Parts: sequence; structure tokens; C-alpha cells
Amino acid sequence: MDLELKEALSRQGIFTTTLEELYNWGRRSSVWPLTFGLACCAIEMIATSMARYDLARFGAEVFRPSPRQADLMIVAGTVTKKMAPQVVRLYNQMPEPKYVIAMGACAISGGPFKQGYNVLKGIDRYIPVDVHIPGCPPRPEALMDAFITLQKKIDAQSLTGADRPRHLNAEEPSEFIVPQYGAHDLEPPKNVKLWNIITKNIPNGPGTASDNEPRKD
Amino acid sequence: MNSAFTHIYGPIAILMIAAVGFAIAPLAMAWLWSKKFSPRKPGPVKNATYECGLESNDAFLRFRPEYYLYAIVFLIFDVEAIFLLPFAVAFTGLTVGASIAMLIFLLLLVEGLVWTWRKGVLIWV
Repeated sequence: MDLELKEALSRQGIFTTTLEELYNWGRRSSVWPLTFGLACCAIEMIATSMARYDLARFGAEVFRPSPRQADLMIVAGTVTKKMAPQVVRLYNQMPEPKYVIAMGACAISGGPFKQGYNVLKGIDRYIPVDVHIPGCPPRPEALMDAFITLQKKIDAQSLTGADRPRHLNAEEPSEFIVPQYGAHDLEPPKNVKLWNIITKNIPNGPGTASDNEPRKD
Repeated sequence: MNSAFTHIYGPIAILMIAAVGFAIAPLAMAWLWSKKFSPRKPGPVKNATYECGLESNDAFLRFRPEYYLYAIVFLIFDVEAIFLLPFAVAFTGLTVGASIAMLIFLLLLVEGLVWTWRKGVLIWV
């Protein structure tokens, strides 16, 4: 719909919408996170959902203890290599559309434990992350900012077309490789195909070219 | 007669159809929407029975038989104690048969106590 016409109509008190906007409004206003805390960031996540910061204002106060009922996984804390398969398995069990917020330095990159032998260097090695929040731990305001960013992302998703999100495309996978405990490290140590999925919609991103080389790190 | 019947119950029937339609319409819309906009993507992990993140293993574990001693001691000092209190409270009103039945029960457990005592289980250190 023409944006100018829409604005002109709304000035006259006539509000118009599209099915897509209505659908996305409903989705972003009732994102249910998974009850899932891994380390100290989880305490900030709990504080965010409580009275002082009140995540309920954004429709996300219903933390579900089952992945089957959750839309959003907040990876709040250090992901150890022992825990990583469980995190990926829980993500795989969530129904689509599903979103991930990597909360804190540990979930992004391993944080202060990056040199540790037992800490995963970022959960985005195995599952697609929508919003990263830096911080150690991030304050509740930062988590709310990430949540608002996610809401904007949901708002911008189109129902049809080639750039429609993953969950609307029957060919795109819903499950990702669950790593196994190997002799020295998780096997595989990272899911290289995943980065192509994430960066596919970014113009000139690494996934657009025939870029199947593993990321240097 | 017939026209009077429809005159009375006609509006109720219409309301009933409207009520059922009101209940079914959102469900039907959600079903149609999911047909178009949420392709089914089942998978082995997604269809797994348990949702705690861990894989379920074989439940046939080794259970050590030595633990029978703990079971005997538990029966004597916990289960028996629960039965002893009502037995003591109702003792004066009990018939001979009930008292004998209770004494058989006590003797069976005392046998267990003797057994564990002779095994040396009751020695603490």
C-alpha cells in the first residue's frame, strides 16, 4: 500500500493496514521466550521479566518451560561445550518462526572464558542468532533494547517473495546439526553452512558469493 | 402448530448456528493460514519425545542389590513407626484377632531388625 496515501488517510482518522502488518504485529507483540538460563546473564534476564523492568510491556512475560511453546531463545550466559548439544537440541525442538538472542559476551564469543578449553566460542557456531547483545552481563535495558530490535526485525519480515524469512520457506531447514562430543572438541566444531543462512539476505555479505570457506578465528 | 414451532425455536436455531460459526471461524482461519504460511518441517530432534535437551537413554540401569539392607532398615524405623502410633492409640479397643495380626506384622519387621543387627549394619562408624 502506498505510504503517503496511508498517512493521509490516518490524518483523517482512517487507519489502514495490510494482512502482513497485522500478522507481524500479532507475532511481535506476543513473543514467548524459553525459560532457559545458563549463567549470570540469566539473573539479568530474570530481572528484566520482573516488576522493575517489566518485559510484559512488550508482550514477552510468558517464559515457557517447554521449547514446543516458545518462540524466542535467549541464550543467557556461558555456553560450555558440554551444554552446547543440549542448547542446539532445544533450539531444534522449538516450532517456527523461532528467534535467538545471544545475551552477553559469553554467548557471543566465549567472553572472558574464550581461551578456556571447555567454552564454546559463540553460540552462533551452531544456531542462527538474530540479535547479539554485548555486555558482561548486559543490563536489563540492554536486553530490552535487543528485544525491541527483534520486534523491528519481525515487523520487517515479509510473508511472500524471495526474501521471505526462513520459516516461510519449505526448503529451508528447521533443524541444525547437533554437535557430538568428540575426542578433543565438539564435532563438528562449527556449522559452516549456518553462516550462509544468516548472511544470505545481507547485500554483498559473505553468503552471497560462493563463500564456503570457514571463518578465520 | 408447525409454524408456531419454527416461530419460537427459529431464532434460537439461528443463534446456535451463529455461535458455532463464531467458534469455528477462527480455528478454520488459523488452519487455512497455517496451510499457506507455515510449512511443516518435522525432524528427528523436533519429533523427539522428551524436551529437556538431553537424549533419552536406555532405562535398564544396573541397580545394586546391596541396597536391600537400606530397604529393611527403612521399613523398620519409618514405615513401622507410622503404624505403631495408631496401634498404640487404639490398643485398648482392639480385638484379640487384630492384636495378633498386628503382632505378626511387628514380628516380621523385628526379624528384619535382628537380621540387620547381626549383619552389623546398625554399627554407625
